[in-house]
Amino acid sequence: MHSIQVIKPGYFDSIQDLGRFGYASIGVPISGVMDEVSANLANALIRNSSHHAVLEMSLIGPVLLFQKEAVIAIAGADMLPKLNNIPVKMQTKLSVKMGDILTFSKAVYGCRSYLAVKNGFKTEQKLNSYAAFKGITDLVKLNKGVILPIGKQLKIFRFGHSSIKVDIQHFESDVLEAYKGPEFELLTPKQQDILLSATFQIVKNSRMGYQFEEVLNLVHKHEILTSAVMPGTVQLTQSGKLMALMKDCQTTGGYPRILQLSEDAISKLAQKNTCQKIKFKLIHL
Amino acid sequence: MQEFNPSYKTFGNKAILIEWPAKITDEILDDILIFKKKIKRHFKGFSDLVPAYNSLTIIFQKPITDFNKQVDILKNIYNIEWNIKNLECDIWHIPVCYDAEFGLDLEFYLNAKKLSIDQLIDLHTKALYTVHFIGFLPGFPYLGGLPEVLHLPRKLNPSLNVPKGSVGIGGKQTGVYTMESPGGWHIIGKTPISFFDVNLKEPCFLKAGDKIKFFEISKDEYYKISKAVEKQTYIVKMEIYHA
Repeated sequence: MHSIQVIKPGYFDSIQDLGRFGYASIGVPISGVMDEVSANLANALIRNSSHHAVLEMSLIGPVLLFQKEAVIAIAGADMLPKLNNIPVKMQTKLSVKMGDILTFSKAVYGCRSYLAVKNGFKTEQKLNSYAAFKGITDLVKLNKGVILPIGKQLKIFRFGHSSIKVDIQHFESDVLEAYKGPEFELLTPKQQDILLSATFQIVKNSRMGYQFEEVLNLVHKHEILTSAVMPGTVQLTQSGKLMALMKDCQTTGGYPRILQLSEDAISKLAQKNTCQKIKFKLIHL
Repeated sequence: MQEFNPSYKTFGNKAILIEWPAKITDEILDDILIFKKKIKRHFKGFSDLVPAYNSLTIIFQKPITDFNKQVDILKNIYNIEWNIKNLECDIWHIPVCYDAEFGLDLEFYLNAKKLSIDQLIDLHTKALYTVHFIGFLPGFPYLGGLPEVLHLPRKLNPSLNVPKGSVGIGGKQTGVYTMESPGGWHIIGKTPISFFDVNLKEPCFLKAGDKIKFFEISKDEYYKISKAVEKQTYIVKMEIYHA
């Protein structure tokens, strides 16, 4: 079996695929890659299907040892990847040999980076998905010494592939497109206006969601009966705090759902760090 | 049966939210569950159907390009005749140890409610609870039917680590923490039963519409059942419920 060993874990690395569907009615989060655009790009570069599991790395990447040769690609946040201490390109197909060491550092732009390997990571599948989640998969995040099985690798190919130019807007744009959420109309016209014109600062972020600074003008007294939520659902607490739910979010929630981010906006938000600011732009079906 | 006229809302471009009147009743629950069964049989293109107190959310595999057409199809499906007798459900008998060792908030709760431990156990085990839906944590049942005398607002400061199996009361609800998790309910006991096991073909034995009845066990029995659950030899007592 081909495999990769973790020499030093990063800030938070986990194996993810497109998510775990069909189990929301028993309370199992969808999970999956936070930035589908970048993860799909990494897979596509080595002609994987978008369903192949990748390694998601946040803020600071790990140090990895290849126990056999492999074909890989990296996309998303730039964590200055180096192969045996020599910088390598992102957004391109790379060939690594047995014993090679791949090192990632702190992201210079973006928040989450993706490592794809030919034929995907082959950690244990639970409920038809590789996506790591506490209580579902045994492996939740990478720790020192963990060995990650990977799929069958093809023969090493010649170097010399050009790298795809990164769409910098994906990382720099602060505009998130969103649909009206089911409870959008609970807001007063003035509050709707604030929601769609103000900038919101991120105060906390995790795979469960992004929390924004409280906005006094958005304080309200509406309560709803607990109902379904999804990745991309933007909830508003009574104290005026916005929360954009992300891939590991619960399946149900009790706060008004005032916006629903587009899929592209979920990917863009996944590249934002705490303290950065964003705006919402309304789009329609 | 079709006395409700649920409304249909867009929920982003990959989901449709169907809503009933904002109330928690068994009639609405039954109507949601019958509609869910019909959708499963007659509708295509969805990955998840998520029921809640007064709603059913259909999550699609691909973006929806024809919302109005989908709603028309759903309205037709809602009106299909359905034999109500198909909606029988199970009553699950769940052992709970109400010992102070497990009931981490028992003392506070009993003081606040001015109840004795025996009164609490009597009231909590006498009631028949309805599983409205599963959410919050994998396998976590939202239960209706907690007697009003047992209602108590949630804790002001939620606990960071509520142990798996803890039985709690929060506001008008009671329930079981199916995994270790942060939580704001008052913990009054613990069950040795595992409500969610990812390695089973059906990870969660409860389903929306089922009933739950708690019964009291001693600490000795708790540990005995715990061992049996670990060895997968304990069978949760179940009976068919006829309304």
